[in-house]
Amino acid sequence: MIRLSISKRQSLARLTLPLLVTAAFGVLLLGRADAPLVERARMALSDALVPMFAAVAAPLSAVQVGMADAKGLLFLQSDNARLRAENEQLRRWQAVAVALDAENATLKANLHWIPDPAPSFVTARVVADAGGVYARAVLLSVGRSNGMTKGQIALDERGLAGRVTELGLRSARVLLVTDMNSRIPVTLEGSRGRAILVGTNGPRPRLMHWPEGAMPVEGERVLTSAEANAFPAGLPVGVVHYNASNAPEVELAARLDRLDVIRLFDYGLHGVLPPETAARSLERRGK
Amino acid sequence: MDLQRTPGIRPRPTLWRQLDAASRRSFPVACTALLLLLSAAPLGLPGQAPLQPAVATGCVFFWSIRRPSSMPPAAVFLLGLLSDLLGLTPPGVSVLILLLTHGVAIRWRRVLAGLGALAAWLVFIGVAAGAAALQWAIIGLLSFQLLPSSAALLQFGLTAGLYPALAVVFTMAHRGLADPDRA
Repeated sequence: MIRLSISKRQSLARLTLPLLVTAAFGVLLLGRADAPLVERARMALSDALVPMFAAVAAPLSAVQVGMADAKGLLFLQSDNARLRAENEQLRRWQAVAVALDAENATLKANLHWIPDPAPSFVTARVVADAGGVYARAVLLSVGRSNGMTKGQIALDERGLAGRVTELGLRSARVLLVTDMNSRIPVTLEGSRGRAILVGTNGPRPRLMHWPEGAMPVEGERVLTSAEANAFPAGLPVGVVHYNASNAPEVELAARLDRLDVIRLFDYGLHGVLPPETAARSLERRGK
Repeated sequence: MDLQRTPGIRPRPTLWRQLDAASRRSFPVACTALLLLLSAAPLGLPGQAPLQPAVATGCVFFWSIRRPSSMPPAAVFLLGLLSDLLGLTPPGVSVLILLLTHGVAIRWRRVLAGLGALAAWLVFIGVAAGAAALQWAIIGLLSFQLLPSSAALLQFGLTAGLYPALAVVFTMAHRGLADPDRA
């Protein structure tokens, strides 16, 4: 070790903090300039943490299931009554659905309709809520080693949840539709008008840029649109709801606050290039 | 800390004793890193997202006042980086905020160490407000958006509210478990 006088050592110690603050600004700039590097660092950390998180999650979810069961016992009677009423209603809907299905089949047969290819999907467990104060995302325990690709579409049992934006070897991060950086092309079911679903970090993303004359109607269903080739058409997103300040929002079908298991569909769509591939194709063009 | 240089009778520095002292010296940083990992784990707590910056700010502030030799700026830098990679904040934001927290604590250390627990908390409330506001401003600037102020307020509230609990536990650790002089 180099021997320094006390005064020199003190002045060096005083310099450390300003230097490190400058380095912090450097990191900020580096993060802006080289997003793939940050992503790789993040996913390397996630890969290392996923087994630990999965180990923590298993007993915790057992406890939560147990508590839900206990709560269920308390409301057995009222739940029964509600379910009986719902069952009756569903039976009526089933009759309608069966009739419509048969009609649809005959119409398609007459039209020589080419059916959409059935997408392949995998189901994965959500191991952690990977968002922060200003982000909404979840971490999954599957990754590149399971044949996952970036841009796969995540749905829970009810509707659209998000897209795979970062991919590690054993882990993947799904950016939820509520994140403020999420923009999703959607269709309003009633008017067939196109719109953009804009995340706000709140529980209900906002609808924007709908065409003139196709105002979103309260209670109207919202589906994904195939515009920009990023999503397949017709995945359920939610229903339109006007908030207190009279702006149209979407009450999501997916229950993003209690995501447990997620289905990841590979539709083979790469309309919106992830940053990594975009950078690579730019490089190629440069050469 | 400089016990080895002062004359006096003390136990022989065996390997185990040195290991013990080293682990006690590294307790603040190790404990902060562990708490960061724990706050990112799937605990299923409501409002878990602001827990991470709250824990980081509180830990760095406390140890920078009580034992700055065990919370050097370089360690603060690395803790900030860990916090940024664990949460989805743009890298560098937590680093900057934690370094500034550390700087404030070091700058006013003589005054803060002499204050009572309640007064130290009041000062920390100011620091927490500054940290939440700064994070809100930087992330908003980086993403060219006006962020919801409710998230910043929640983060401020949690950071300020969590500090007394952290301080109580850490004060006990500082005097017992993590005291290198007791090795």
